[in-house]
Amino acid sequence: MQGWAGRDVVSILDFSREDLEVLFEETDRIRRLVAEKGRLRLLEGWIVALAFFEPSTRTRLSFEAAAKRMGAETLGFGAVEASSIAKGESLGDTVRMLDSYADIIVLRHRFEGAALYAAEVAGHPVINAGDGKQHHPTQAMLDLYTVRTLFGAIDGLSYAVVGDLRYGRAASSFILGLSLYRPAMVYLVSPPSLRVREEVRMVLDEKGVKYVEIERLEDVLGEVDVLYVTRIQRERFPDPREYEKVKGSYRVTLKMLEKHARKGLRVLHPLPRVDELDNEIDASPYQAYFLQASLGVPVRMALLGLVAGVLKQ
Amino acid sequence: MSDDGLLVRRIREGTVIDHIPAGRALTVLRILGITGREGYKVAVVMNVESHKLGKKDIVKIEGRMLSPSEVNKIALVAPSATINIVRDYKVVEKQKVSLPDRIDDILSCPNPTCITRQPREHLVSRFRVLSRRPVRLQCIYCGTILDEDDVMRQLMEG
Repeated sequence: MQGWAGRDVVSILDFSREDLEVLFEETDRIRRLVAEKGRLRLLEGWIVALAFFEPSTRTRLSFEAAAKRMGAETLGFGAVEASSIAKGESLGDTVRMLDSYADIIVLRHRFEGAALYAAEVAGHPVINAGDGKQHHPTQAMLDLYTVRTLFGAIDGLSYAVVGDLRYGRAASSFILGLSLYRPAMVYLVSPPSLRVREEVRMVLDEKGVKYVEIERLEDVLGEVDVLYVTRIQRERFPDPREYEKVKGSYRVTLKMLEKHARKGLRVLHPLPRVDELDNEIDASPYQAYFLQASLGVPVRMALLGLVAGVLKQ
Repeated sequence: MSDDGLLVRRIREGTVIDHIPAGRALTVLRILGITGREGYKVAVVMNVESHKLGKKDIVKIEGRMLSPSEVNKIALVAPSATINIVRDYKVVEKQKVSLPDRIDDILSCPNPTCITRQPREHLVSRFRVLSRRPVRLQCIYCGTILDEDDVMRQLMEG
């Protein structure tokens, strides 16, 4: 196991399950501390740069909340300001500037590989908050932590990941995250055009993860413990008629769950949702996505603390 | 070294890249970054008979010893090639090329939203070698996988 201090967070695959166990234990501890004290001072005097070149609500605000609850200060910009800040400036130059202002850089960018490139350029740790369609490692960390919180383990469960598995970085990162564990089965549920990318499938094959690519969720719902739903993006379909054909089959309703789901099944969703998750599920025992969203802050607090080297290793 | 002696004389000092698949000598030179403007004497022999390959190409570079690490990336298009280092008209070192673990700069990532494709960043492409035969490469930035056809198409047509 590599130490956490000073480390870049580019892909979930940069971490071992032992690394993640350290993160999860620290998250447990942070949650207890926050319950007692509210705000911590572990990162007092630190500056965290939040550089969001792409729109984000949840991730950006949860990083900001996490940094502030740890006692750090934040600076940065969102997508709207980014366009005027950049003004023809290269990402490399923007990152060099942030590197001289801040102690940790959190970056979201629309191009794949932006975070790795930023990590090469910056001396301070870079945390990837989403690079194009590729990685969203901190989302995967909080998703795995949510599963661990709900079920007490990540191994041995059956998962169905539904929706846009090709372009959705949250789905890809969750699937890659599962490859670090020993899930009983991973059902990859999507229309053929939105199946996981070759490089993701390659990792699953290499790690010997049991998985099946299927099109119909109902066929496997009875076998599944964790149902991870993501949005199917209409704009990805070259032919709108194709989208119309498949969209209904990926809309998860309470009726569908009551008819097919195994008892104890929990629904996760990285949010925001559009219409793929029926609101009726919100009040049902299946719903776990609000807990998942709320865990984003303590997981990112622990992550910032570990990367800063102020928490135990 | 077969019958190419009829076409090009032997070199005194330098590097001979032999057993290049027929028709790929110019691609090999391009991969090596040899344009002819460097001032070395360069001989390119194409489509000569070969026991091993039927037909082959040969490249001779007078006055420059290429190190294996410089030359190994030509294994992308010429996995059968051998590198001969010549001193005083004698081959003093002979080596088969073998693809290194990393290929930097000579290929372009086919994914248009890869950070390496953004002209403003002036970033060099970098690929890890997943498999040598057949050639499979992966962009270290965006994860995109290139198979042998993609690589050949880029290098032969590029």
